[in-house]
Parts: sequence; structure tokens; C-alpha cells
Amino acid sequence: MKISFHINGGAQSVAVDGNTPLLWVIRDMLDLKGTKFGCGKAACGACTIHVDGMAVRSCSYPAKFAEGKNITTIEGLSAGEELHPVQQAWIEEAVPQCGYCQPGFMMATAALLEKAPNPTDQDIDDNIVNICRCATYYRMRKAIHRAAEIKNANS
Amino acid sequence: MSESKPKKTFSRRKFIIRSAVGVGVLLGTGYFTRPLWRRSLADMANSMEPSYLGDTETPQLWFEVTADNQVILHSPKVEMGQGTFTGLAQIAADELEVDMRQMKVVNAATATGNIDGLSTGGSNSISGLWQPLRELAATMREMLKNEAARILETDAAALTVREGVVSGNGQSLSYGDIVKAVKEWTVPNTPPLKDVNSYQFVGKPIPRIDLHDKVAGAPIFGMDATMPDMLYGAVVRPSSIGATYASADASRAEKMPGVVKVVKEKDFVGVVARSYLEAENAKNAIEVTWDTGKNWQSEDIEEMIKVGKGEPFVIQKEGRAKRILDNEEGVVRAEYRSPIGAHAQLEPNGALAFVDGDRATVMISTQVVKITRGEVAARLGLDEENVNIIPTYLGGGFGRRLHTPNAMQAAVLSRAVGKPVKCFFNRQEEFQNDTFRPPTHHVLRAKLLENGLIEAIEHHVSSGDVMFGSPLFPAIAQPILGADAGAWRGGMIQYGKVPNFRAVSWRVKLPFATSWWRSLGLLANTFAIESFMDELAVKAGKDPVQFRLDQIQDDEAGRRLKEVIKAAAQKAGWKDGVQNGRAMGFAASTDANTPCAQVAEVSIEDGQIRVHKVTCAIDPGLAVNPDQVRAQCEGAIIMGLSASMYEKMTVKDSQLTPTLYGPYRMALMKDAPREIDVVILENAEAPGAVGEPPLGPIGAAVANAVFRLTGRRLREMPLEL
Repeated sequence: MKISFHINGGAQSVAVDGNTPLLWVIRDMLDLKGTKFGCGKAACGACTIHVDGMAVRSCSYPAKFAEGKNITTIEGLSAGEELHPVQQAWIEEAVPQCGYCQPGFMMATAALLEKAPNPTDQDIDDNIVNICRCATYYRMRKAIHRAAEIKNANS
Repeated sequence: MSESKPKKTFSRRKFIIRSAVGVGVLLGTGYFTRPLWRRSLADMANSMEPSYLGDTETPQLWFEVTADNQVILHSPKVEMGQGTFTGLAQIAADELEVDMRQMKVVNAATATGNIDGLSTGGSNSISGLWQPLRELAATMREMLKNEAARILETDAAALTVREGVVSGNGQSLSYGDIVKAVKEWTVPNTPPLKDVNSYQFVGKPIPRIDLHDKVAGAPIFGMDATMPDMLYGAVVRPSSIGATYASADASRAEKMPGVVKVVKEKDFVGVVARSYLEAENAKNAIEVTWDTGKNWQSEDIEEMIKVGKGEPFVIQKEGRAKRILDNEEGVVRAEYRSPIGAHAQLEPNGALAFVDGDRATVMISTQVVKITRGEVAARLGLDEENVNIIPTYLGGGFGRRLHTPNAMQAAVLSRAVGKPVKCFFNRQEEFQNDTFRPPTHHVLRAKLLENGLIEAIEHHVSSGDVMFGSPLFPAIAQPILGADAGAWRGGMIQYGKVPNFRAVSWRVKLPFATSWWRSLGLLANTFAIESFMDELAVKAGKDPVQFRLDQIQDDEAGRRLKEVIKAAAQKAGWKDGVQNGRAMGFAASTDANTPCAQVAEVSIEDGQIRVHKVTCAIDPGLAVNPDQVRAQCEGAIIMGLSASMYEKMTVKDSQLTPTLYGPYRMALMKDAPREIDVVILENAEAPGAVGEPPLGPIGAAVANAVFRLTGRRLREMPLEL
């Protein structure tokens, strides 16, 4: 079927089986490789993107549901050259090690900050439930608080 | 810092200069390395001293100078998160006299000739390249200066270099200008290295050079690799222990949408299709007949992994420990266990291969570039020189990518269709076909003297294989080593003042693959020994920190170990006992010459163990990048907590389970300590191991705290109340 949506600000149409997970449309048809495959069962969060501003695990999100939606991937998180506050904070706190899971974490964090501009540690524990095998959680928590600061200072 | 006398390490004969397409000039050299195969084995076996095993025959490409005056370092060690690229860039930049902004690091493809015969692992990437890379960079700098002197018609000694620009005689030339102007190079002898204290970048917390790519989601991993006209492959993998491929009926799969070809080999069957999902669906429609063996259960494995079974090997002996302890009067005895552990790295294994006639190219996340190349060449019957392995950034390594048959499989599929094929594991296949951390069983015995110190102590460890059976350690190495040095890593008694001690490794061959897992045996062996040390301290009525300090010998290793123990205790404000519902637990280990001590601050909340704070003191010698040393400690501590507190694979009807994150419980954000305090001591002149040593103490530190809170001694990982 033909599915039309906006991704990272641009209109896009793809012809694909509607049950294809959106992850593969993004990665292999649109060649946006920042969204990662980790488990294919929505268990690790490496594939997290935004659909109409909500954090969604794209490996388990059928492409047909994307019809008419606004999709953002890690490639579209920054506003042009200027990095998103989450990315800025991730750099300031030097979070990534291998880096593979980090786009998913950053997308989950960016969505969290939209609903909780000053997240508590409990908010972070409850909402940031992706998996990082390098176990960068200690710096990530600091970066999430820092991202909230940057974002609030900007607005 | 004193320097070892510079050796003449270059051969003019081996030096090559190649023209590059569009990027200035490639500079390369054959670098002669010291270690012999046997020497490296011994290093791996015992001290894990810096080891780097380069090719000594063929020219190798190390540096590439671009027209816009950037220097690209082709690294023979891959970047898997451990920060090696950044550290190597710092080391090279200081001797090359360029700014960090001018340094770029890429994984060396095998076609560069710059191939490490060992692996990226063993925490030796920085330590192993510390000397060779500085010599290479310094020689390169001198060579560029000499050419600049010739062009500027002055004496090289009169020239100065700053940020890759050579100045003198009132003129300046960038490195980029020089390489453009020179047709024939003369390689100077390796100059004396600079004083380490004069370095601008080494020793500083320089930001990772891959930071921006990694926060931007750049396509840098094996899974992200693409080639024109690329197809997707899938291989049917066994789902149970002992299953080997017998035959396949692919008649249904062949007719499925998108399928290009079903490929039947003698040992596996795979399919190539136009998309990932079409390949997966077709794979699932292939009906494979497996030869299977015994029906295995967890209980069978536990029965096999038992001290007293399998082949024993005495790895350490001092005094008459066995005789003293065999007289059971007054002997303290305890048994410990650790489970099967999965790597669970986030990026699945896979490869993109293109076989074009008698040449093959493979893009892959691998820790063993040379072995990967050898396996592809052997399977396809190609010359190794015609197989180019292009390593990508690794989405986690942890030892999982020391086995890369997936490269060979992707290559076979590619050859069958004549196009590039990308083929990777799904998550279930990753768990089912992992090369697991072996389960272990430990028996510890000790006897105390009247003064409370240890008279005799003994550690027995039974473990599945780690090194043995690995392509990295051919069978010929086994008699040299005697026992599997991976399995007993961390299993020696480090309290050298004890008059009688002994350690014995029992080897068990399990029916499924066990292998390298970050820090190898260190995690389980330290858990057992350091928990037992705590038991002894309690029995002796001594403070566990002082109890350790009192029994460490006074040589250099002992002195460094004592320093980290004191530093950790001091920084944590060590107190033995429960305060405000929290208790501290202490443990220490030495791994690959790097001592590390940790204090865990723990409480019990809602019946669960909660780790609030970990203080870690580590002495890796010279810290090339203190911030990355810190990052490695933080990550290792939480990964070690995850393995110690939650992770466990089980065997049911020959199935290794679970096969998904979640059911395979790992540490999440909520489980990570809110505070991790890392103290870095630098009591050695050269850089040492960092990536694995801090995994050692954490399990025992937590268990020892739990004992203070509950009176219960948890002797089995994962720790459960």
C-alpha cells in the first residue's frame, strides 16, 4: 500500500506492505540509519522515534499507522545545524560509549522533556526504560537533567 | 618519566608511499613489533601486559595526510565504545604536533596491511599501542620536517612545528603542502620520544572524537553499512544445544515474495531476498532437519560445573596450603556459583559482504579482523590479500565479536547471487547462539592463625572454557598454558603475605559455546574470593579493609593494590557496619596489572537490594584520557552490577533461555547507582588496562554489604535475597 507522512519536516510517500514495521521503512527505504534495530520486539528501545511527538518503538509500529503522521528520527531532532538540547547535554556530559543505543535514549528523553520539563529522578526511572549495554546510565541521568536546564533556558 | 631506549624500529625497505585518490598522499610503513606468538600467549595468560601483534612482513598504512592538513590514523584496534580512538588520537597528535581537531581515526581495513594479529580486547588497545604509535608518529613528524627542510632550503633542526605547520627560514609549509610536493621519501630513524610531561593532549580529559557522530545518529555501525544493489540475507540458525544442520526443504521459501535465491551449503542454509523482512519471512519458511543430541537441562550443566570434576590444573602454589587445609580442624569452607551470562550487546552480529570474482569485501563489526579475513578467504578459496575486511564501529563488543562466522556466511550468500548481501542475526538468534560467559563453581578453604591473619587459603574454580576452543588460541597453545587462563583470570590469591596459598582451575567442556565475556573469569572469581575474604575478616573480628591491607605483600604490585584499597576506603568514608539503614561492602582485585578497589553503599528496599553509591579507586598507570578512564569505570561497575544482580541464562530441554531483553533481566536506568565516585591513581609510568579491571570487585562489594544488612551471605550470582 501507499503510505504518506511527514518525516523530519519533509513529505514522504512509500509503497510498502502496511504491516512492515516502520523501522525498516525508515532504515532501508528512506536510508535514515540513525534509528537502530536492537530486538524487534519493543524490548530495548534502540529504535525509538517520535510519532506526533510521542516516543514510539518503531520496530513494532506498523507502517500503515504512520499515514498522515509527523515523524521525527534522530536525524531530525536537531534544528538544522543547532543541536537539540538533549544532544547538547549528551555532548556536555560525554555520555556515549559504543553509541549504538544512544539515538533511542535521546529520542525517549526528548519526548519526556516535552511532558515533564523538569523531570525528577523518579520521572527518569519511570520513563527512560531503554537498554544500554555499555551501561552509560550514570552519565545519562546527569545529561537528562542538564538537557532540561538547557531547554528551559532556551524557551 | 623515564623512557625505554628508542629502538630502531623501522625498515626503510618496508616503507611505502602510495598515491591516494583525492585525499593527498597516503603514508605508510612496516612497523616491526617485538612480541612473538609465545610471548603474547604468556602475557595473556598471566599479567596481560601490553600486547600488540602486528604483521612484521608487509607494508602497513598508519597515517594519511589530507590536502587540507588533516591526519587520518588507521587504527588496527577497533572502536567499540571503550574510547580507544580518542586515546590513540591524543597519543598520535602529541608526537605529530597537530591539534586534536586535525586528527581523525578510522578502523584500518585489512587492505591497508595494518592488521593486528590479536584482537581488540584484553584491555590492551591503548597500552599495547602506547610505544609503537608514539614511535610511528614521531618518525612521521621527523620525515615531514626533513622534507620541509629540503623544500625551504634550510636545516631541519632549525624548523619548528605547530598544529601541523612547519615553520623556519621565514616560511611555513603545512603537512598537506609537504606531502603534495614530495615524490620520494626518505625514512629517518625513529627519533627520541618527547618527555611525557610535555604532552599537550595525553593525560587530559579530551572529549571523545566520536561524540558528535554518535549523538547525531551517523551511520557508522556494521548494521548501517550499505552498498549499491545490496540484497538482504538470512541464515537459519540452530535454536538448541548440540543441533547441527542436516538438510533443508526450502520449496515453500523459494516461492515467497522477494526471494532471490535459497542457498544450501554443507553446514547451513540461507536465503537472499530483496528486503530484510522478505529474507526473514523466507528463512522462517525453510524447514530444516537438525541432527540433535542429548536433551540438556540446567541441572545437567550445574552437575558438570563442579569443583572436583573435569581436569584440574594448579595455577598458583605457595607453601603447604593443601596439607594444612586437608586437616579440617578449624578450616573455613564456602562454595560460590555464577550463572551462564549473555553478551546481549545491542547491535546484533551481522555482515555486509560483496564477493566479486576472486575478490571479496566485507563490512562488519568485528574484534578479530585478521581471523575474520582468514575465515572468509578459507571458505571462499580466495587469497587473503584479495579479501578486504572493513571494520565498522561496533555497537558493543564485550567479547561477542571474537567469533565472526557471520562474515563467511554473508560472503557465501553474496557469491551465490553475485551482489552485495547484508545478513544479520535477529535478537532471538543472538541469545540462542551467543558464546556465553561460562557458569562457574568455586570452593574456598582457609584457616586463620590465632592473631586473626590467614595461615592458609585455597581457591578452586570450575568453569567452562573461555580461551580454549577460541580461534584466537589454537589448540597448540593449550599445552603451553596448561589451564584456561581466561577461566581463571582473577582466580589467583592476591594476598602475598599469607604464608600458604594455592589456586586450582578445573576445566569443563560444556555442550554449548562459552567464551570471552568482558573481563573473562574476573567477575566470578573476584566475587568468590573477595566474598570469602570478607567472611574471613568477619570471623577474625577484623575490619575487612585493614584485614586486606595487613596481608598484601610489599612488592610493587602489592604497593599499588594497597594504595587503591586505601584510596577507595578513604574517599567512601569507609565504615564497617549499618548506618541509617545502609551498609558498605568492600572488595578489591588486580586484573592485567591494574588494581581496583570498590566500596558499595547498599540498602534493602521493598525486599530488593538497592545500590546507592559506588566508590571506585583504580590505578591504570598513566591515564591517557582520565575522563574515559572514568567512563569505563562507571560503565563496568553498572555492567558488573547487572551481571551480579540480575542476569542469568538457563537451559530447558536444550533451549538456552530467555531470548529477549526484559526476560533476560539487565540493569536499567532505575537500577544504576545515583552516585559513582571514581578515584584515579597513576602509580605506573605507562598506560595500563582500564576496560575490564573495574568489573572485578563490584559483585563481592555488594554481597558483602548485603551480609552486613541481613546477616545472610549470598554466595550465588545473581544475588537474590
